[in-house]
Amino acid sequence: MPRKRGLMAPPPSFIWTRRIVLTALSVFALVPVYVMVSSSLKPLQDVTSTFRWIPSPLTVTPYRDIWYTVPLARYFLNSLIVSSAAAAASVAVAVFAAYAVSRYGFRGKRIFTTAVLSTQMFPGILFALPLFLIFVSIGNATGIPLYGSRGGLIITYLTFSLPFAIWMLTSYFESVPKALDEAALVDGCGPVRALFRVVIPAALPGIIAVTIYAFMTAWGEVLFASVMTNNTTRTLAVGLADYSTQNNVYWNQIMAASLVVSVPVVAGFLLMQRYLVAGLTSGAVK
Amino acid sequence: MTVSLRRDAPPAGSGAGRGRGPAPQPRSVRLLNKIKKGGLPYLFLLPALLLELLVHFVPMIFGILISFKQLTLFFIRNWTGAPWAGFGNYHLVVDVHGAVGSALLHSFFVTCAFTVLAVGLSWLFGTVAAILTQDTFRGRAALRTIFLTPFALPVYASVIIWAFMFQYNNGLVNELLHNVLGITSRPSFWLIGHNSFFALVIISIWRNWPFAFLCVMAGLQGIPRDLYEASAIDGAGIWQQIRRITMPSLRAVHQVLVLVLFLWTFNDFTTPFVLFGASAPSPADVVSVHIYQASFINWNFGEGSAMSVLMLIFLLLVTAAYLLGTSRRRGENA
Repeated sequence: MPRKRGLMAPPPSFIWTRRIVLTALSVFALVPVYVMVSSSLKPLQDVTSTFRWIPSPLTVTPYRDIWYTVPLARYFLNSLIVSSAAAAASVAVAVFAAYAVSRYGFRGKRIFTTAVLSTQMFPGILFALPLFLIFVSIGNATGIPLYGSRGGLIITYLTFSLPFAIWMLTSYFESVPKALDEAALVDGCGPVRALFRVVIPAALPGIIAVTIYAFMTAWGEVLFASVMTNNTTRTLAVGLADYSTQNNVYWNQIMAASLVVSVPVVAGFLLMQRYLVAGLTSGAVK
Repeated sequence: MTVSLRRDAPPAGSGAGRGRGPAPQPRSVRLLNKIKKGGLPYLFLLPALLLELLVHFVPMIFGILISFKQLTLFFIRNWTGAPWAGFGNYHLVVDVHGAVGSALLHSFFVTCAFTVLAVGLSWLFGTVAAILTQDTFRGRAALRTIFLTPFALPVYASVIIWAFMFQYNNGLVNELLHNVLGITSRPSFWLIGHNSFFALVIISIWRNWPFAFLCVMAGLQGIPRDLYEASAIDGAGIWQQIRRITMPSLRAVHQVLVLVLFLWTFNDFTTPFVLFGASAPSPADVVSVHIYQASFINWNFGEGSAMSVLMLIFLLLVTAAYLLGTSRRRGENA
């Protein structure tokens, strides 16, 4: 939303501060991106010797080689399955929880919201091992393989984005006028139908934003991916380390692979940033 | 299969099923409806609750139990049978004269220094950038996208890129400092020795300041325009407006933002783990990696859990003190 702070044009001192500071920050933000893109286009000997600012000669072979040096396609597929399933499940669970929090008064509401948000505080390292042991025990007792399977990782990841998803969706749902779903209830809809027919369509941008956020959370997680996966279920977060062998570090391929794995989430994030700001704003105003 | 399905069906619609029974008692139906209505929000919350219990709360309780056990590799197959250690693990990890305790204390101080520096500067960069982009000007939308890019990249990819930039022979940082600017007389090692601490801080700032920018940007949109217009009529310049209107209005946003940044940075495992592997160099040996090493490399889970519990208690205390302190100050100013 464009806005002017005052009525007057800002003084030159402000304009110059703005130019200098914003330029410096842009350089800081973009240099690693430039290094990634330019190095991914260099032959191997150019990334093992002194750093060169401009890549020459240019080559795209790293983009072909990344798929052969390491089973990148498999890691990519694993990450895609795990992250999509975790995001979808997280949002599905969060939609109902957020609907309850925003539309009903009930005993324990504050405790629930506080407890859910407080899980963000737990050091992952504290429950990584117990969770691993619990998954192994459940597997031994019931035969449901949670450890080493994608299912276990999906369940874990969906809870990581759940607190933020519930919090964001609650604030989105509260911006949907209550009169709308009350009207639907009067017309004879059940609460679940009112949620699906009225509230969800009205809050759709928020739901999409939260889905992308949940996807990104799962896509970038490292600790549980390194504890809970095996050779066949390994995700990108762990698999990218495979480009460093004892003899050689294929930096050009590492950069190419980093770019390939970043594209889906960066694109998603930049598409939804507007909705994310809107959600944060209504959350902050509350 | 069909049988079990049918058997599962009644609970979901039990109210309706009984309501349709031969001679419904009006009072009991009303009571049932009341329970149905009152129970509905809980039903909606149930999946979220169960999942949080399974992945966060139950493992945390197990984690606390394990911290009182002598759980080493020897007992891992039958972890419930590991002998109790009482407060043995805690004695060991807080004994600052012993090897384990002094290493943990060192790691704790490193983490505190790392957190203060990284959070302070991330907050500063984000706030300054958001305030400077508050007005419309040409290129503002492009700048926003540029600023948010570091936050959008997967953490491990960013850390790998930085690790490449910090390489001794072929990294950008040494090329820039040594060959282009001539600041250092020799190339430096960034991923071992004292510099590794600063490498970690820089990466953390690079990763987190866009989040501060995003939050402050959202907070700025909640400030009423009239405040600025009124102050401009009164003759306030832009610097005064920032000091008198913008900064005080952002207090609530800053309260939450600094807390979230603190918790993320203090708990951050991904950055040091991807940068250094399971054993970080001593100057950058932050607590999360330290505990990982104790647990998964040295296979002493009892000790690792005791360290984690202490870390959690510390975080709880700091968070409580912070919320009390900042809320009181906000109350006074209001």
